[in-house]
Amino acid sequence: MSELVGTWRLARLALRRDRIGLPVWVLLAISLAAGPAGSLADAYATAEKQREYAEGVGSNPAAAVFSGPSLGVEHLGGIVVKESAVWVLLLVAITSIMLVIRYTRTEEESGRAELVTAAAVGRHSRLAAALLVVGVADLLIGLGAAAGLMGAGLSGAGSLAYGLGVTMVGWVFAAVAAVTAQLVEAARTANGIALAVFGATFLLRGIADSASVANDGTGGVRLLAWASPTGWFYQLRPYAGERWWVLGLAVLTGAVLSGVAVALSQRRDIGAGLLAARLGPPDAKPGLATPLALAWRLQRSGLISWAAGVAVGGAVLGSLAHDITDMVGQNATAAKAIRQLGGADVLVDSYLVWVLRILGLAAAAYAVSAVLRLRSEESGLRAEPVLAAAVTRTRYALSHVLVAVFGVVVLLLTAGLVVGLVHGARSGDVGGELPRILGAALVQLPAALLPAALAAALFGLLPGATMVGWLFVGVILLIAQLGPVLELNQWVMDVSPFTHLPRLPGGDVTAMPLVWLGALALLLGAAGLATFRRRDLDTA
Amino acid sequence: MSDAFQAQGLVKRFGKTVALDGIDLSVRTGEVHGFLGPNGAGKTTTIRVLLGLLRADAGTVRLLDGDPWRDITRLHKRLAYVPGDVSLWPRLSGGETIDLLGRLRGGLDPARKADLLDRFQLDPRKKGRAYSKGNRQKVALVAAFASDVELFILDEPTSGLDPLMSEVFSQCVSEVRAQGRTVLLASHILGEVEKLCDRVSIIRSGRIVETGSLSDLRHLTRTTIHARLGRPADGLGQLPGTHNVTVDGDRVTLQVDPDALPEVLRRLGEHEARELVSQPPTLEELFLRHYDVGPHHNSDEKVGAR
Repeated sequence: MSELVGTWRLARLALRRDRIGLPVWVLLAISLAAGPAGSLADAYATAEKQREYAEGVGSNPAAAVFSGPSLGVEHLGGIVVKESAVWVLLLVAITSIMLVIRYTRTEEESGRAELVTAAAVGRHSRLAAALLVVGVADLLIGLGAAAGLMGAGLSGAGSLAYGLGVTMVGWVFAAVAAVTAQLVEAARTANGIALAVFGATFLLRGIADSASVANDGTGGVRLLAWASPTGWFYQLRPYAGERWWVLGLAVLTGAVLSGVAVALSQRRDIGAGLLAARLGPPDAKPGLATPLALAWRLQRSGLISWAAGVAVGGAVLGSLAHDITDMVGQNATAAKAIRQLGGADVLVDSYLVWVLRILGLAAAAYAVSAVLRLRSEESGLRAEPVLAAAVTRTRYALSHVLVAVFGVVVLLLTAGLVVGLVHGARSGDVGGELPRILGAALVQLPAALLPAALAAALFGLLPGATMVGWLFVGVILLIAQLGPVLELNQWVMDVSPFTHLPRLPGGDVTAMPLVWLGALALLLGAAGLATFRRRDLDTA
Repeated sequence: MSDAFQAQGLVKRFGKTVALDGIDLSVRTGEVHGFLGPNGAGKTTTIRVLLGLLRADAGTVRLLDGDPWRDITRLHKRLAYVPGDVSLWPRLSGGETIDLLGRLRGGLDPARKADLLDRFQLDPRKKGRAYSKGNRQKVALVAAFASDVELFILDEPTSGLDPLMSEVFSQCVSEVRAQGRTVLLASHILGEVEKLCDRVSIIRSGRIVETGSLSDLRHLTRTTIHARLGRPADGLGQLPGTHNVTVDGDRVTLQVDPDALPEVLRRLGEHEARELVSQPPTLEELFLRHYDVGPHHNSDEKVGAR
């Protein structure tokens, strides 16, 4: 066991470093799981209401892409799973990945790992400590969620399955991250690969579950869910005849992946990746001479990945639009659920509004990440040499902001083109569908820019609080998905800039909201630039 | 002689910490100016104020006849900066970073870049994340010395370099001095400063405690003399201006103030000195004097000075 010497100390170091972040994450995940159970119990108190849900949201194949298959949705437990689980799974899987990378590859990249490894610490201790901390946190989330759900009056076995299901998804993706941390030198890339694995398997599950709902739980496509760890969560069937052996599948996968990570780590040097770093050009291209060129160079590969994600998502979701009327058929409740999400009169249009809204939110999230690049460049001390050259603060900050705006336009264009082409091709009317869907995608520009504008303002005014920009995106997503279902107050709905957009395609175009959303974004962005010019560079 | 830059009464606070407590510093055009002090004394903060990265709470700065907070573009075209902690873009190659930084300053000489890469033995094709600390520093140094600028601001530029590379760095500084350009060299390595610099300023707890040419400063310190005498060394220790006199048989070692040196030499002659070794005062002694026996000394500074 000498190879694991010091694991306990390293785990305590991680707990010390994230003594605030870890508990916040655990509590947030538990409350996302158990919190909605109470209000859902009120909303679906009677058997009649529950049946309505099963026939409405429960039989909507489009909703299943995101919310999973409809297992046991004729009872409260199944409804809680359908409404809350996907959020918990997203939060737990993504955070587990990012934490494992943070404790392993980021440490190596910064050189701190060398310091630690030179001390009396075993060869595998850093990896073991990372998996221990994240694994225990996942377990606490699972047990806390189970306790919370039981507290809300749901059955013990189902609640335990729900909680442990969440835990196992966290474990599997923590182990995936442990593997990708061995592959490449850059923490950002290691994160990217692990998140891509999560995204791909999540999408696979979405396709499988959508097919499952459309075919009433039959058909070969639904079996694809077994290829996805998030699919296993639903196949564990909380509140719908639990299949406990699925947990064994996840534990086995996690153990095998962890073993692979250990084996890989023995074949490489500390700080190095298994995939050798490639050499670059000895000279810069003539164009790499301005802050804007630098910002574009730093951000282009990120934008390409986002655009690819939006294109794939748009193609999958867009291809379902043509069938939506058939799928929903005579089912008035399901039609009502889709109309609630989209808010347009024609069913297909309502669905398209919802699809474009989700893709528009992706564009908004991209823009926040692009603007916050300013912050990571500053705190990584890479802004300093640029600002010590003949570059003003305004020009420097504006270069990243321009890349963000350009990226949002590219993503909205991609969304409009892909959804328009796919839906147009399926409905046999590309000429008619493409322009109106493209227009509907682009009309979201001012709303999609607003969170990034807030992030820019914070970057200038309160650089320590730029994460609030991400929080805003999260709130918008929650409002967009849960708002209509939970029938939230209008003033809550109004917090999301997307609420104020015209319902396109299909609805009336009103220019006023676009103008004031755009003006607000402009104002916030300008405030950020003006205050950044006046403040000290953060060099701590 | 005009000044490349001049700071008067610079004060910078971070919260309750006073980082700069009234810095007066002037660097003349064409000189290599050593900026000495241990970690945490305020060297980097002073430089960041000079570069307009931080805003001083009080005091005035003139940099190349401009205001560093306002005339960023005009002034920064004329200077090159090498930070103490060089952080590179992980995905850009060293060569790309050098070209980029040079172009952002307003131009870089490709032939000079090639020559410097060769002398610093730096592979420009590696990606930023693959460089060691020393190599990251070389990237910044090549980018600086390949730029056509009047003023070089170098913050502990050799802290990651091996002795051979430090020598290449010294040559580069000598070359730019020969071309009449100005260098501000922040350092805590006394030998380097002693070798390269025309004038020196010593910073301590956010204040400049000493400024002057090396010969000026040496007047403030004592010459150490080792001698072997033909007659017993009685009475030497009683002479005014002598310190730390130790006698071991016919060998004597003592430190002498500049003013007392003629009298001490005369007495050594009277004592039939057979061997005489005299060591000029080093910057190190001067430095330690300021950091060891200063009126406000505290333990933090001692760690830095030793």
